[in-house]
Amino acid sequence: MADEVVNFKVTIDGIPVEVAPGTTILNAARQIGGDIVPPAMCYYSKLEGSGGKCRTCLVKVSKGSEKDPRPMPKLVASCRTTVMDGMEVQNITSPEVVEARKGVVEILLINHPLDCPICDQAGECKLQDLGYEHGSEGTRYEFERRTFERVDLGDKIQLHMNRCILCYRCVYVANQLTEQREHGILYRGDHSEITTHIEKALDHDFIGNVIDVCPVGALTDKTFRFKNRVWFTKPVDAHRDCPTCSGKVTLWYKGEEVLRVTGRKDEFGEVEDFICNTCRFDTKNTSDWVLEHPTDVEKESVIGANHYEQFNLPPVIKEDEVLQLANAEQLQRTERLK
Amino acid sequence: MGRKLLLEHINEPGIETFDVYRQKGGYRAVEKALKTMSPDDVVEEVKKSGLRGRGGAGFPTGMKWSFLAKPEGVARYLVCNGDESEPGTFKDRYLMTHIPHALIEGMIVSSYALGANTSYIYVRGEMMPQIRILEKAIEEAKAAGFLGNNILGTGYNLEIYVQPGGGAYICGEETALLESLEGKRGNPRIKPPFPAIAGLYGCPTVVNNVESIASIVPIVNDGGEEYAKIGIERSTGTKLISASGNINKPGVYEIELGVPVEEFIYSDEYCGGIANGKRLKALVAGGSSVPILPANLISKTVTGNPRLMTYESLADGGFQTGTMLGSGGFIVFDEDQCIVRNTWNFARFYHHESCGQCSPCREGTGWMEKVLHKIEHGHGTMEDIDLLWDIQRKIEGNTICPLGDAAAWPVAAAIRHFRDEFEWHVLNPQESQTRNYGLAHYADPLATVVQ
Amino acid sequence: MLSVQENLPVEFSATLLVKCAEIVSRYPVGKQKSALLPILHEVQAEFGWLSTDAMDKIANFLQIKPIEVYEVATFYTMYFLKPQGKYALEVCRTGPCCLVGAEKIMKHIEQRLGVKEGEVSADGLFSWRGVECLAACGYGPVLQIGPEYTFYENLTEDSVDQLIDTLRNKAKEA
Repeated sequence: MADEVVNFKVTIDGIPVEVAPGTTILNAARQIGGDIVPPAMCYYSKLEGSGGKCRTCLVKVSKGSEKDPRPMPKLVASCRTTVMDGMEVQNITSPEVVEARKGVVEILLINHPLDCPICDQAGECKLQDLGYEHGSEGTRYEFERRTFERVDLGDKIQLHMNRCILCYRCVYVANQLTEQREHGILYRGDHSEITTHIEKALDHDFIGNVIDVCPVGALTDKTFRFKNRVWFTKPVDAHRDCPTCSGKVTLWYKGEEVLRVTGRKDEFGEVEDFICNTCRFDTKNTSDWVLEHPTDVEKESVIGANHYEQFNLPPVIKEDEVLQLANAEQLQRTERLK
Repeated sequence: MGRKLLLEHINEPGIETFDVYRQKGGYRAVEKALKTMSPDDVVEEVKKSGLRGRGGAGFPTGMKWSFLAKPEGVARYLVCNGDESEPGTFKDRYLMTHIPHALIEGMIVSSYALGANTSYIYVRGEMMPQIRILEKAIEEAKAAGFLGNNILGTGYNLEIYVQPGGGAYICGEETALLESLEGKRGNPRIKPPFPAIAGLYGCPTVVNNVESIASIVPIVNDGGEEYAKIGIERSTGTKLISASGNINKPGVYEIELGVPVEEFIYSDEYCGGIANGKRLKALVAGGSSVPILPANLISKTVTGNPRLMTYESLADGGFQTGTMLGSGGFIVFDEDQCIVRNTWNFARFYHHESCGQCSPCREGTGWMEKVLHKIEHGHGTMEDIDLLWDIQRKIEGNTICPLGDAAAWPVAAAIRHFRDEFEWHVLNPQESQTRNYGLAHYADPLATVVQ
Repeated sequence: MLSVQENLPVEFSATLLVKCAEIVSRYPVGKQKSALLPILHEVQAEFGWLSTDAMDKIANFLQIKPIEVYEVATFYTMYFLKPQGKYALEVCRTGPCCLVGAEKIMKHIEQRLGVKEGEVSADGLFSWRGVECLAACGYGPVLQIGPEYTFYENLTEDSVDQLIDTLRNKAKEA
């Protein structure tokens, strides 16, 4: 019998949770769920080595551990910092964190084109969500935004580098799911760009997953391009016998027509299984699929509700004054949108 | 005259060759360490010496060495950081050019102490001549039996290779350097794990600055306690200072830590005073990333004590009124220099050198450069100054590596101490394009400023 | 996306290949990617810049993917991705050099060569650009010329003129 693993006790925003050693602060927070989960734009649990880059998940460690209670001197990236026994973490209860996160959101947006009205990702864009939940209303950036040419990476995937936030997820997908990575990050600093260097098609059975992992509209499905707004489509979970992948997908319907196929995404926006290109691009008849049920869509999502819902208080917050205070701003936003 | 431990024989003709270096007592430390000391003895002497990393961070070298993991059967590496790129710093170039064997000797002793059998000296690619010099020095040392297999018959084997960089300031950050040495983009790694646990090729690794490694030689020769007798408090030994800017005698000087800053600027032994009879306006004491100080905070601390060239004294007053010794890049500004222009120049540097991996640094450094460019060229507003302050605050402490801090500090310090010069640019958009703000009140005794 | 308007098919000479093999031998077996930066320098020294073909050949030699070479070559500033002048003058433009007149020197070079930063002179002899700190702040203003990265220190307008004349004559003799 294996030795019993002694779990670490951690509190996040005052809410206790027990997790296995080696768990990151972010994943501990995900076990709690709700509003105290830090946003993550670059971390992707299914992609090894991802995370640490976007800095949206910064949190404050106010107590390092039971053994060494000293607080950490700087805010830390919760996606890459593992918990210690007795650690105390502040996320939305720390004004410092809220302020720093607001700064990161503003900074992520200074060179973003804000072309949501013509972007296929609108409605399921993590940057939109981030800006809505954690950002300011305006920007103080007044200079020209950097621009790139739009590039076709083959006939199925389009790259809008203007929208990219350089999360590196698509590079990890190519490294970890395919044998021959053709695209990568060239140049450096704010000139960095995702590209193939010389216009090459990305061609691999699983390369379509770069679309699913992209948090913004930088990598989009050309077979769905401009077909419809996602909130007018109806997602349905379905499966088929696929020789290449699990065949478990979400079909996006408009009326009787399947407009696109994606992986099934969990509550944190990550796909459950990476799916193959055949399922994604070439299997768009209802007759190809066994339909299961309408996809569960997050309550806040415009896809499910078609309008913004009132902020729904998780039970833990209802009982905790500190958390209610921390959520005051969030509550105000939803009030405005009523 | 202060004692010279690194540059004692610098004026000896031919000191760059093995023969002359050896005649002057070179490679004694290798003989002593390999024949009479255990690796742990060497580490102990370095701990006793109080030597602090000379690359800029000032972390105690002996402590860094003692963190090195030593799992059975796993290679360990020593990597020398010769990626000297911090504006204002050129001491390592000087050392490698004129007395390369001091570094090679230090490398051998340090590698022995750490149990490394292959060591790399990572030198920035622009220093191709220095790379050739080091390669020649390695060849000479090898021919004399100080490198290779069974060094001096002790059974210790060591190869040293020189690795050129490709042009990237960020590779001075130790984990970016390791990435670069592995043939990758110089993106700093997310820590932990630290290099002492998983560094080069995932193996335990120590990364030390050129000057730190060269300093191991006198520490082994004379003992750590002797070394620690030089200097003040936790600033022990000697330090190479790179002096540049508007001074009469720019160059590299070896000082005993503890020399008063005023003496360093004005005495003929060192900088020889401000050039062209001008007056001192500002000082960047430890490379471009440390806070800039106005004239009235340079010679004396805010509490009225003489400011000394030590880690502690330069930092006296924190960032409010102090700065840092950093890498020892001592940049002197005379009264004709424009702080706004210089701050813009430094901001451009950090923007250019940001690796682009994490968002606050990638986007924030460019934003700061643009705002500073706007103010410097007469298009700024008062709100821009506050905006700048806020951007640097959003970058500092929120990035993967210290480049974010390095980009934020100079901007913060310039606004903190020279805010009226920024405001003057805003209020006098035309005049600011034709003349400089000048010395203004920046040299006035502090009490007056406070009133 | 890097526009590959110009490519230059290259053949690695036997000498170059021997040099590359020697570089690879400096690293543990299987860690040959470490040789990438030094080899990029060697190849650039041979051909003056790094064409896509040259980078692909390096990838092939090191048994890594071409994209890994492009990623690295575009990250570091010393690698030229388009042809330069025979003499590529790189002038330091960072703070300490500016305190002692680097901006004036760059203006002078621009006038003297008659080409803007990054462009190549009509005779193909010269190109120039400002670069960030070259760690020679005490000897500023400074410039360097590859592939050996010879340094020219304490520049004045006169010394720049002399340097340009010397290089021009050298090119004529060659």
